[in-house]
Amino acid sequence: MTDRELQLKSVHLRKKTLEAIFEAGAGHTGGGLSCLDILNVLYNRILKVSPETFSSATRDRYVQSKGHSVEALYAVLADRGFFSEAELKTICHYKSHFVGHPTRHIPGIEMNTGALGHGLPICVGMALAAKMDHASYRVFTLLGDGELAEGSNWEAGLAAAHYKLDNLTAIIDHNTLQISGRTHDVCSNEPLDEKWRSFGWAVKVVNGHNFAELTEALSKPAEAGKPTCVIANTVKGKGVSFMEDVAKWHHGVPSEAELKQALGELDAAEKKLQEAA
Amino acid sequence: MSAPAPSMFTPVAEAMAEKSGLKMGRANLDEFAATLMELAKANANIVAVTSDSRGSGKLGPFGQALPRQLVEVGIAEQNLVGITAGLAACGKKSFGVSPACFLTARSLEQIKNDVCYSDVPATLVGISAGVSYGALGSTHHSLHDLAVMRAIHNVSVVVPADNVETRAAIHATAKSTKPMYVRFGKAAMYTLHSPEMKFEIGKAITLREGNDVAFIATGETVVHALLAAGQLAERGVKSRVISMHTVKPLDAETVLRAAKECRAVITVEEHSVHGGLGEACAGLLMQAGANVRFRIVGIPDEDTVTGAQADIFRHYGISMEGLEMLAHSLISPIRPM
Repeated sequence: MTDRELQLKSVHLRKKTLEAIFEAGAGHTGGGLSCLDILNVLYNRILKVSPETFSSATRDRYVQSKGHSVEALYAVLADRGFFSEAELKTICHYKSHFVGHPTRHIPGIEMNTGALGHGLPICVGMALAAKMDHASYRVFTLLGDGELAEGSNWEAGLAAAHYKLDNLTAIIDHNTLQISGRTHDVCSNEPLDEKWRSFGWAVKVVNGHNFAELTEALSKPAEAGKPTCVIANTVKGKGVSFMEDVAKWHHGVPSEAELKQALGELDAAEKKLQEAA
Repeated sequence: MSAPAPSMFTPVAEAMAEKSGLKMGRANLDEFAATLMELAKANANIVAVTSDSRGSGKLGPFGQALPRQLVEVGIAEQNLVGITAGLAACGKKSFGVSPACFLTARSLEQIKNDVCYSDVPATLVGISAGVSYGALGSTHHSLHDLAVMRAIHNVSVVVPADNVETRAAIHATAKSTKPMYVRFGKAAMYTLHSPEMKFEIGKAITLREGNDVAFIATGETVVHALLAAGQLAERGVKSRVISMHTVKPLDAETVLRAAKECRAVITVEEHSVHGGLGEACAGLLMQAGANVRFRIVGIPDEDTVTGAQADIFRHYGISMEGLEMLAHSLISPIRPM
């Protein structure tokens, strides 16, 4: 899939994410839009996993530690054929399998997440299992930058380096905002790259909305014998002018008028991309 | 040389144990470690995860014999449980081994979400449970673990009474594809069962029949109930002794039958009187409309008295003598307050 095809797909997936959140009347808009390009690259270029191979023991594993951005993940999984796009309309509805955070009831989802600071320790266990079995699958997790205040991430960071888990990649959706505001105001965690390097990780810093940079950083482990940390600089609410870089859209749900405006902006972006071809 | 730890059993209790034909075994902790090593030698998929707890978990020999099957994470219990869950999700039969006090408090969210909610075949092993650490104080006691684990969906809670139950529980969980929590102590235990004893998760074992008073006990308190039953028999009181090794799912049928057939029911546990076996039985009996004299023996809701495990047991009546006295008062014609 070309970069332009991925760009078009991202616009489509952003629309699906917003529509799903609107239908659900709940959800996490800003973080979903900030990590969407990362998920798009993972599921369409990187991860060796498909609806047909999801039960294979050697599939690549992806655990979404920032579980609240589940609507974007649902949109990507539907697009990859794990379930029908029509099911996105049931998110959070009474008796729906589509809970407001990831669960293993949904095809394509590996672990139940939502409480923060859980994905990385789980992925350390998964990467260890791969090493024990001499299996070649890779393990990926996506963390929020605000999530890094959870100490369990740093416990797992130590263990991953100790066990030289070069089959493990942690991606940080570095949008610099969390529910209460700027992460550096809430509880500063910068400089992230130095922190992870000092923990024994190989670190790459990329533009989290650039498909070529994401692909290059994710396509193979950065360094033999070290886990990889990809710090993806992103914009919360990416793709919708009035949502971009605004903390209140962390879990803001668009009104009908706001949805219309957002979809209009995305339609225009889609048209522009098509015309550029 | 320091003074030896006080015995869990008075000379009278020891005499009763001898009279009952009970032989002293090893600590359930030692039995667990030996059993896990045997199973892991036969099945390379079994992995133990420790948080600087391989010494306290008696897993040093395991680590030496099977280094590729032991993961050490350092003093990091949240990480221990997350890693245990991740290993289980990728096909390993993983055992997360850590002192029960830390395992079920510090990493409770990981237990709830990563293991139970995600439904992976991991076993959590709470070592040195209850007041095993005695005078080290409440930081090291787990008097809450049965309560919190009972309130979490999708996990069995198993508290073996002796070496035979411990071995059987570890064999059962090694075969299981579901989450399980097993907790036990580190003191040597009398052997209560023959090695051929039939063990099934969720099915209590009746060690002694009687219809005057029923002791429903769990874990390492069962022996004290059994010794009390021996004493009571000498005064003509017939006691039923039930080892409720699975606190969840509770064997409701056995509890209800005991309440129907006996004049009094006494539950015994090395746990807070809040939320453990006693309240599980009380809730069941109340809702079934049972009308029976009933007492919960455990650690009351107070600053736990300082002392060795044996001191603490005796202080709160978790002893042959304490249980015998309680039984007498409960079945006396004058209804106790």
